[in-house]
Amino acid sequence: MKKTEKTKNRKINKKLIGEFMMGAKKHLVLGVIAIIIAAISVYIIPLITSFTVDYVLIEYAEIGYTGGMTVAPWLERIIDSFGGRAFLTEHLYIMGILLVLMTGVNAFAAYMRRTQISRGAEKMCYNMRMRMYSHLVDMPYDYFKHVSSGDIVQRCSSDIGTIGRFVSNQLLEIVRTACMIIIAAVFMFSMNVKLSLYSVIIMPPLVIISFVYFRYAKKYFTAADEAEGVLSDDIQENVSGMRVVRAFGQQKRELDSFTEKNRDFSKKTYKLTQLMALFWGITDSIGYTQIAITLCASIVLVIKKEITVGELMVFTSYSSLLVWPARQLGRILADLGKASVSLGRLDEVLSVPAESEPGLALTPEIKGNIEFRHVSFGYEDGQDVLRDISFTAHKGETVAILGSTGSGKSSLVQLLQRLYTCREGEILIDGVNVNDIERHHLRRNVGIVLQEPFLYSRTIMENIKITNPGASDDEAYGAAAVAAIHEAIKEFENGYETVVGERGVTLSGGQKQRVAIARMLMQKAPIIVLDDSMSAVDTETDAAIRDALAARGQDCTTFIISHRITTLCRADKILVLENGMLVQEGTHEQLLAEDGLYKRIADIQNLLEAELETTSEGGNN
Amino acid sequence: MEELKTTALKEEEFTKRIDMNVWKKLFAYAWKHKRVLISSCAIMAIVGLIDLIYPQLTRYAIDNIIADGSEAGLAKLPMFAVFYFLMIIIQGFGVWFFVSHNGKLEMLISYDIRQDAFKKLQQLSFSYYDKTAVGNIMSRMVSDIPRLSEMISWAVTDLLWSSVFIIGCLIMLLVTNWKLALVVLVVFPPIAVICVYFQRKILKEHRVVRKQNSIITGAFNEAITGAVTTKTLVREERNNMEFEAEAGRMKKASIRAAMFSAMFTPIVMTLGSIGTAIALYAGGRTVIAPTIFGASMTIGVLSTFISYTNSLFDPIQQLAGILAEMQSAQASAERVISLIEAKSDITDTDEVIEKYGDCFEPKRENWESITGEVEFRNVSFSYKDGEKVLTDFNLHVRCGETIALVGETGAGKSTIVNLVCRFYEPTEGEVLIDGVDYRERSQLWLQSRLGYVLQSPHLFSGSIADNIRYARPEASDDEVREAARLVHADTFIDKLEKGYATEVGEGGVRLSTGQKQLISFARVILADPRIFVLDEATSSIDTETEMLIQDAIKTVLENRTSFIVAHRLSTIRSADRILVIRGGKITEAGTHSELLALKGYYYNLYTTQFTESNTHRLLDNK
Repeated sequence: MKKTEKTKNRKINKKLIGEFMMGAKKHLVLGVIAIIIAAISVYIIPLITSFTVDYVLIEYAEIGYTGGMTVAPWLERIIDSFGGRAFLTEHLYIMGILLVLMTGVNAFAAYMRRTQISRGAEKMCYNMRMRMYSHLVDMPYDYFKHVSSGDIVQRCSSDIGTIGRFVSNQLLEIVRTACMIIIAAVFMFSMNVKLSLYSVIIMPPLVIISFVYFRYAKKYFTAADEAEGVLSDDIQENVSGMRVVRAFGQQKRELDSFTEKNRDFSKKTYKLTQLMALFWGITDSIGYTQIAITLCASIVLVIKKEITVGELMVFTSYSSLLVWPARQLGRILADLGKASVSLGRLDEVLSVPAESEPGLALTPEIKGNIEFRHVSFGYEDGQDVLRDISFTAHKGETVAILGSTGSGKSSLVQLLQRLYTCREGEILIDGVNVNDIERHHLRRNVGIVLQEPFLYSRTIMENIKITNPGASDDEAYGAAAVAAIHEAIKEFENGYETVVGERGVTLSGGQKQRVAIARMLMQKAPIIVLDDSMSAVDTETDAAIRDALAARGQDCTTFIISHRITTLCRADKILVLENGMLVQEGTHEQLLAEDGLYKRIADIQNLLEAELETTSEGGNN
Repeated sequence: MEELKTTALKEEEFTKRIDMNVWKKLFAYAWKHKRVLISSCAIMAIVGLIDLIYPQLTRYAIDNIIADGSEAGLAKLPMFAVFYFLMIIIQGFGVWFFVSHNGKLEMLISYDIRQDAFKKLQQLSFSYYDKTAVGNIMSRMVSDIPRLSEMISWAVTDLLWSSVFIIGCLIMLLVTNWKLALVVLVVFPPIAVICVYFQRKILKEHRVVRKQNSIITGAFNEAITGAVTTKTLVREERNNMEFEAEAGRMKKASIRAAMFSAMFTPIVMTLGSIGTAIALYAGGRTVIAPTIFGASMTIGVLSTFISYTNSLFDPIQQLAGILAEMQSAQASAERVISLIEAKSDITDTDEVIEKYGDCFEPKRENWESITGEVEFRNVSFSYKDGEKVLTDFNLHVRCGETIALVGETGAGKSTIVNLVCRFYEPTEGEVLIDGVDYRERSQLWLQSRLGYVLQSPHLFSGSIADNIRYARPEASDDEVREAARLVHADTFIDKLEKGYATEVGEGGVRLSTGQKQLISFARVILADPRIFVLDEATSSIDTETEMLIQDAIKTVLENRTSFIVAHRLSTIRSADRILVIRGGKITEAGTHSELLALKGYYYNLYTTQFTESNTHRLLDNK
């Protein structure tokens, strides 16, 4: 997981935390209450045992047994009210039941704490996921050209997971530890101040050691992490380049290089575990030392008659309850660091502004008359992609666009859907500036098919009906027939129910393009854009689709980007773009008469015939 | 050329039962380091014993020091404290030693498994790679192996630790008061049953969560890769709604899973407390007056008894945890073992290895030279799934001849060149190199004399020089430059700031396809192969690349037997022989002009390609 410096130093966005916590707070509060109840009951449970031994049973103690417990006057009064010590001795089962009951309370509180905290944490995860998803969906087109999808997906899955886990595991742990320490302190100090001080004497070094461990562990962990990255890159490269490895017989060398990296990684993880071993060893010793100190001090105090044996047992068990959670501190710190980095990474995505409406957000009825008026456009970081483009297209006309790579053809049609906004000039649809048309309304009325269309991973039927799930199957069949894909789909084992995309069948480029055309047709938009969207379809099918399109949508204004003369020649108007400028405009006949790109491409056919002639002559000789 | 590929995305399969066979094989990796394992276990046992001693110490203090009264008791205290601290020090060392040894064991196990798996990967035939995605192999190497080695190393010691602890506690309980012990132990069978039940249940719920999580991840992925489409189709709101449903399901499943985990420990605790309560009641009665559990009992004994009872719960939960973890790691274990034990379809016979060596230790001194004559004799080939590609295929290629193979995808062109390379072996018939069946020689013998270039060339991260030198690491700088010059790669390399030392990035991402292609040709030139294979995977190639590599190909082809799976007109046209392959058979064969005259498949192919490629040339020339 690569994290940029920028993310690391990002300040924690408190507003964002508040937003994510929406609806999670009440669960977290309930969870904390449960934690407190659980913590208190944990302290009471050993009291029951020692009360039984040192209060109830004390008269039966062997000779020399110096235990014994005094209880608070109010408790004594209660006990006396139903028969006193003798009654309890007689009915010792009461103590047993009390123990089970108290454990039951503790168990219930423990259960509540886990469930409430995870409800809270899951609600937070839910909020984070929803927020990220809806933000991503609203991000401008340009954003996706500059980010790696793997990185974003990682933020949405593992970073959210890290935060969720932190909340459900560590946050709970922090509150619990704090509760335990406070309650233990209150209990202990109320019983005996001197002994209590002895019982926490080792805390400060434990805390210091945790901090030291946290710092070193982070360093070692990063080193091991990097070595793992190197190792997995090596495997990835080896496996994906396996043909090259074999073709040059370099297995031995690959193995040697892998062994070296494997060794390095192993060494670094070993170092990390060594540090861990040291930490556990030291903190275990410290923990038991604390218990020993408490025990020895208690013994002295028992002998001096300052406390009873029962209190001794309570103190020894409390000090262990105190020591072990404190040891978790190192881990909590490490996880807190990770969670805040994750939060920063989410914030980074969320702080990119989403798409907005620059104009009046009108929703006029769209007929399909289009006018480009001195349109210039460039991406934020570069030079102009389109310069001073002006043309008009009337409702029902077909406009074909020809241009070399990078001439701005795709940008031109994308401006129509306002996937980008033009820098200068204006684009009018039925006389309304596209900037003033609400973007969703605009896009619903402009059907576009991209050169490399994306299909959702669901069934073909669902893909075709994606803009209009309520449409009938017959409508979908009709659209598929126009796109010349109906027969092919029927031949699939599951027909229209075939799942495509990542989780299903991989369609060929041409099949995808045709499904995308069918999908676009279901939109019934008055303006249609085919952005080189039949490039992977053979010439005859291309012609068939165009015929069917023409027969179906007489009224549609159609834009076709293509380099096939057979496609271009039938358009009402052909635009030739070069370096972002409109250099030629006219019908097939007009452009053939001019010298230019269009004529040169049309001439290739003649070139081929000449070439075949020479070859056959050469062959005959 | 439309094909329908099913990428069967297999859901992670989970086996319900623990298959001991698989685990035995994995535990064998731990057993390899038995010294570490045994010493770690021994220390663990000592640590466990010391843990058992602590309550005894407290009891001793209560029964002796305090009971002795002030003077005598206080005199005993220093010795007691010293002894206690001694125990602590031993235990501290024990814990350190144990954790560090276990860490070492984990490291050694994962090192060994990875090493074995990687070696296996170098030997497996391509049929394995055809059906196994890179991601699958990666997840085995990167996540399954560490997970398993961690599990194995800690599971072994944990198993031992828990068992020692449980047995120790049991003995202590029975020794202290066997009758009472038996009564108290009544609660443990139900605890054990509940542990197993809950662990299973929790695992199952976690599986549901994981599955839902992968759906969510998929949705995010789709939101990003399909972002533009979503915009153009105005699907934002519907996608949001659908995602909300999935996120809601995820929340529900997670909470459900958390609920089961949350229930588990409290239930065990409560059941356990019944045991403690019984001890408290029955033991207490015995303290007061004789009962069936004995004539009498001291309070000290009673409190020790109770504390042993309490210490039993942790190790029992731990045992259940290990079993559950083994169960959940079952699939991982199976995947790793299946990789390590995978059988390569193409192996050299023992006699061949004896004479020529294997791929890690070749015996080059025994290798015959290759002139480059290739013959297919009655070769049939079918893939594992029974799809027959070649039937009774015959072809004789003279030394130094250039053969171009054209035809539709799936016609068998790639199969033919893969058979030449012995990346696959014929199912029937034989392939002869210099008149000898290649199965009588080692794979490395042939493959180290092979020049194999894919259209999308694969470079390794490292410098340009490293990549050119790939096949011959010992080649001098001058040789590297000479190779680059021969394929005209020097022009662009010299223009780079760091020249030959330029890092190409992972997979060569920092170079253009054309540049990568040139470097891969230079790499082949330096290897000086006898047989050259060029597999053009697709026809989409930009004009710049085409111009760059045209001359390079010519240089490489000189004096070498060459097979070219071609889409590019320039390479096809200059071949000595063009073979049109359709349905695994040669349907047309001859030179360019001969085939044009036939006006068959080749003629059609050529004319379409001519138009397409010339149009592209016009459009790409800005």
